[in-house]
Amino acid sequence: MSRAAITDLYRIDDLLEPEERAARDAVAQFVDREYLPIVGKHFRNGTFPMEVVPRVAELGIFGAPLKGYGCAGMSNTMYALALQELERGDSGLRSFASVQSSLCMWPIYTFGSDEQKERWLPGMARGKLIGCFGLTEPDYGSDPGGMLTRARRDGDSYVLNGSKMWITNGSIADVAVVWAKVDDEGPQSIRGFLVEKGMPGFVASEIHGKFSLRASFTSELSFADVRVPAKNMLPGVQGLKGPLSCLNNARMGISFAVMGAAVACFEGARDYALTRKAFGRPIAGFQLTQEKLADMLQEIVKGQLLALRLARLKDLHGKVDPAQVSLCKRNNVKVALDIARVARSIYGANGVTDEYPPIRHALNLESVYTYEGTHEVHTLIVGKAITGLDAFGG
Amino acid sequence: MKILVTAKRVEDPESKIKVDAAGKGIVKDGLKYKINPFDEIAVEEALRLAAKHPGDVVAVSIGGKEVHEQLRHALAMGATKAVWVNHEGPLDQMGVARLLQKIVEKEKPDLVILGKQSIDDDQNQVGQYLAEWLGWGQATFASKADSLDSENEKNKVPGVIVGDGAKTVDVIREVDGGLNRLRLTLPAVVTTDLRLNQPRYASLPGIMKAKSKPLEEQTAQGLGVDVAPKITVTKLSMPPARKAGIKVPDVATLVTKLKTEAKVV
Repeated sequence: MSRAAITDLYRIDDLLEPEERAARDAVAQFVDREYLPIVGKHFRNGTFPMEVVPRVAELGIFGAPLKGYGCAGMSNTMYALALQELERGDSGLRSFASVQSSLCMWPIYTFGSDEQKERWLPGMARGKLIGCFGLTEPDYGSDPGGMLTRARRDGDSYVLNGSKMWITNGSIADVAVVWAKVDDEGPQSIRGFLVEKGMPGFVASEIHGKFSLRASFTSELSFADVRVPAKNMLPGVQGLKGPLSCLNNARMGISFAVMGAAVACFEGARDYALTRKAFGRPIAGFQLTQEKLADMLQEIVKGQLLALRLARLKDLHGKVDPAQVSLCKRNNVKVALDIARVARSIYGANGVTDEYPPIRHALNLESVYTYEGTHEVHTLIVGKAITGLDAFGG
Repeated sequence: MKILVTAKRVEDPESKIKVDAAGKGIVKDGLKYKINPFDEIAVEEALRLAAKHPGDVVAVSIGGKEVHEQLRHALAMGATKAVWVNHEGPLDQMGVARLLQKIVEKEKPDLVILGKQSIDDDQNQVGQYLAEWLGWGQATFASKADSLDSENEKNKVPGVIVGDGAKTVDVIREVDGGLNRLRLTLPAVVTTDLRLNQPRYASLPGIMKAKSKPLEEQTAQGLGVDVAPKITVTKLSMPPARKAGIKVPDVATLVTKLKTEAKVV
């Protein structure tokens, strides 16, 4: 069987509409031609290839599920298929797209004023403006309700103080969607603010020393008496449901996307195992290698079907239940990480170098395992849905 | 300016082709298909020309319903209308050219752009037959002076140059040792070479828009064309498998082998 026919053993392709396949193939072609040849160098150097941003914008991926403002207005399934291809290249570019689309454009589109939408969305869709999302703080990750960032009302402005951590695109962003509590009140007072690059007191500094998502910028944002005009507050939402709905939206795409990394690792490991010889024959001929490959393919087939169903549910109902998203995120990211690690072992010592992709994917997936709701938090969300009992906070 | 382009469905050049048991066709199971890469260049060129000289870009494909995929691809890139010639069964290059001739007579484009050949059977004849039967001028293997890394290419400047009043087009062709520039009176037929342009990706919004663009159906009978092939494939065979190379101990042996065995020096 051809490579594509093996990876798609269950003919999941047949479950897709022609335009969905066309969208996926267009993005795949871009990734093969323009992104894969350069991503290894960027991962090694710890840089993000800004030159691909206009190309991804031309493909129409940024804000693709939104309607109007220069966005494609496509189904969630089509968008998720595009993300899967980006992730097959590297999680760095997929993370860029997820943050730009789901965590920045989506809240502006969903909760923003007309003026905010007009100002930001068309430029972001074209990749001319870059966005980021500030929720996690140095001491508050899985419990965002405890955030320390504050917004104090002062005349026609809010004055922001605090800091945000692990912010993808932070140092290159033109606008940050920053979540802060207003006037020292509880989590119900949380509001979203559009903090713009260059506002006095707002500093985005790059985080160095990462072993993961190296081909992506990750930053810390700090706010020291940053004066943000009141018209920059997102009018449409208040409380934790604002940021959590953004995350629920982004996680659907991520759950689908990680199967791209898994496919890259599986296909690479299979090709390698068929050509690499030990004891005079290809290592693919050994039972232990075959078990590894069989396990990988089995989890890819299951993960892709799960993700496809999730995306279809979202297209059908316009939204998905957090437990549905959590089940898919915790399964798919975990299996993708396992697949990357096992692929690494098939490559033997070669697998520890950046000449081959599996260790890059494995390292990236360590971040994906933790971000957008840790694996553990997703377990608790599913647990709560099953039992009706809340196991958060002990 | 109205332009007609072709969008033939061919096997993906990256797929592994195997000859079937009968030796007259290929194993189609599990194969992927795409638009003929030279036709994709033709679509791109037409879109660049249409951006400067507004008018319809009509994409034509011949085959079963599966060729809708290639027509939708051309529409997603930006073509305005598709014509599907519904035809099952074998066709030779003359049959294809006859069908295209009828479509051209109906659509009345100012310019027809086709791939110089399709990558499946590599005939390189359809454009030539079509120009002959239409009685139009033709320029085959259109290329351009700029490289594919040039600023002009980045800015999607067309390589085919339309003259004042859109009565002529200039086409640059690569010939041995230089470039050959032809001026054609419109209407005319142009076939594309590889270095004419780098086709755009079908964007996701383009793919969405393509769903609602018109796709018109025609048939060989409806067009009054007899497409019974005059040429049939009698045998297909795989090239012989490449033998492993050998290592030679020194340059002297290499030179001897090149002289006595390979006979190239």
